[in-house]
Amino acid sequence: MSQTTDDGLVRPGVGGGLADVVRARFLLKLLVRKELKVRYRGSVLGLLWSYVKPGVQFIVFYIALGVFLGLEKSPRNENGLPNYAIYLFSGIVLINFFTEALGNASRSIVGNGGLIKKIYLPRQLFPVASVWVSAVHFFPQLVILVAACLFAGWHPSVFQLGAAVLGFVIVALLSTGLGLLFGAANVYFRDSENFVDMLLMVATWASPVMYSWTMVQDKLGPVWFTLYQVNPITVAVETFHWAFWLPTTDGSTPVPPHLLSIWLPVGLVVSALVLLWGQLTFRRLEGRFAQEL
Amino acid sequence: MTTAIEVRGINKQFVLRHTRSIKEAFVWLMKGRKGDLSAKFHALRDVDLTVAQGETVALLGFNGSGKSTLLKHISGVMIPDSGTVRTRGRVAGLIEVGAGFHHDLSGRDNVYLNGAILGMTEAQIKERFDSIVEFAEIGEFIDTEVKFYSSGMYLRLAFSVAVHTDPEVFLVDEILAVGDEPFQKKCIAKIQELAAEGKTLVVVSHDLDLVARICDRGVLLDHGNVMFDGPIDEAVARMRGQR
Ligand SMILES: Nc1ncnc2c1ncn2[C@@H]1O[C@H](COP(=O)(O)OP(=O)(O)O)[C@@H](O)[C@H]1O
Ligand SMILES: [Mg+2]
Repeated sequence: MSQTTDDGLVRPGVGGGLADVVRARFLLKLLVRKELKVRYRGSVLGLLWSYVKPGVQFIVFYIALGVFLGLEKSPRNENGLPNYAIYLFSGIVLINFFTEALGNASRSIVGNGGLIKKIYLPRQLFPVASVWVSAVHFFPQLVILVAACLFAGWHPSVFQLGAAVLGFVIVALLSTGLGLLFGAANVYFRDSENFVDMLLMVATWASPVMYSWTMVQDKLGPVWFTLYQVNPITVAVETFHWAFWLPTTDGSTPVPPHLLSIWLPVGLVVSALVLLWGQLTFRRLEGRFAQEL
Repeated sequence: MTTAIEVRGINKQFVLRHTRSIKEAFVWLMKGRKGDLSAKFHALRDVDLTVAQGETVALLGFNGSGKSTLLKHISGVMIPDSGTVRTRGRVAGLIEVGAGFHHDLSGRDNVYLNGAILGMTEAQIKERFDSIVEFAEIGEFIDTEVKFYSSGMYLRLAFSVAVHTDPEVFLVDEILAVGDEPFQKKCIAKIQELAAEGKTLVVVSHDLDLVARICDRGVLLDHGNVMFDGPIDEAVARMRGQR
């Protein structure tokens, strides 16, 4: 927790970054549990909200985009995506995870200001706990996704399942990194929350959640499409499509080129770099949290 | 003599910022940085303080003299602009007890959460749990949400968790001013017991008679400067003389 010097005296308040979070994992567990308990206390539907909200969102998107805008393949619309409902949902669960994780992590430092300015504890715990709570909420959605896939004749390979895990890891790393960054920035500029909200809106549309990646390639051409692919969320969503949606279809829809050989590793590296950047910025700024809050 | 707290030449300036938004900062930049976005304020000036293990020190001074700020530097909540702070062993603050409490959780959950926030391990909390509840005199209410507690019960539980963290160094800031009479007596008795056990104590209180009873040494702060450091009776006499 602190920096030791040779004579047994330590400098208080000089943290070890994310390593401290690993050391304080019992506290992390309690913070996550508190968050879950408090959030669902007194709400009649309890944990059901984790199903209802994405459920309604999904239905709205499905009808508007799949039916009205004709993204779904049907006898009258041969160019659409087969099983569009599963295509859409497998992307939405990941975007929901990202949106909730980053939104809450960005607010977590200011939100826990009362504690941070009175007691020293590893402050990285708060953004990490926010991401963790969102991962807990992601789980029931994943269960529904898997159930729907099985219903549609899902037969994934081990590689596809492994790739899905990596897709999830990409989003978790990215939201932790950006959460540390904006959580710290929010202490200094309270309106950085608005910036995060904007970013989250863009994130939903800047990856192939609602539409197909081929549409992007057709319009943008190879150079800009490469840039589009550098976005780790794009890669994670495409990975989820490959793992969950493609095995429920006849498999004739093309997968983005080099998804596994190049883009999946690139996505992991970009997310890891963002995490490193967030962590470094956080550590540079955290010394002044107590006085700025 | 082993050093428990070593504060060497620390300075702390607070920036009194007039803006909290990117928008205002941007406007300020565009207007050619006219006017000051922030003013500076010296809260601690070249403060030196070495406390040996087992010493009991009172920090005295008027409101705004920097007592709480100094304690925050010792606990690590704040980092000095220059100079160094070093401590030995675990430091726990009895600073606004209950800071880590959550109203919607039961007393039991709060004991675990607050204990972990104050640095206890799971095993330590389990082991001391009964003792914490007993000291707090909470009894069967331990599984009730703390929002239903009276303020006395709430304070007793929070204080009880804090004293059970069993650190080497205790920082006490004004908490003796809260709670009802019997609770205050109990707290003071506990603090005297800790002092007798040889714990290092740094106490901030406006009750000069009380600190004269608990502490051996007094440090007088004024506008962030150490004005006096010596025996408690002399420090208290100077403090009284200033009034
Ligand atoms: N976070 C902060 N930002 C700006 N000024 C502060 C901050 N904390 C304390 N101060 C100022 O520093 C001075 C010393 O405060 P403090 O240490 O709380 O005094 P004391 O505990 O002796 O009453 C006060 O004038 C207070 O207004
Ligand atoms: Mg004070």
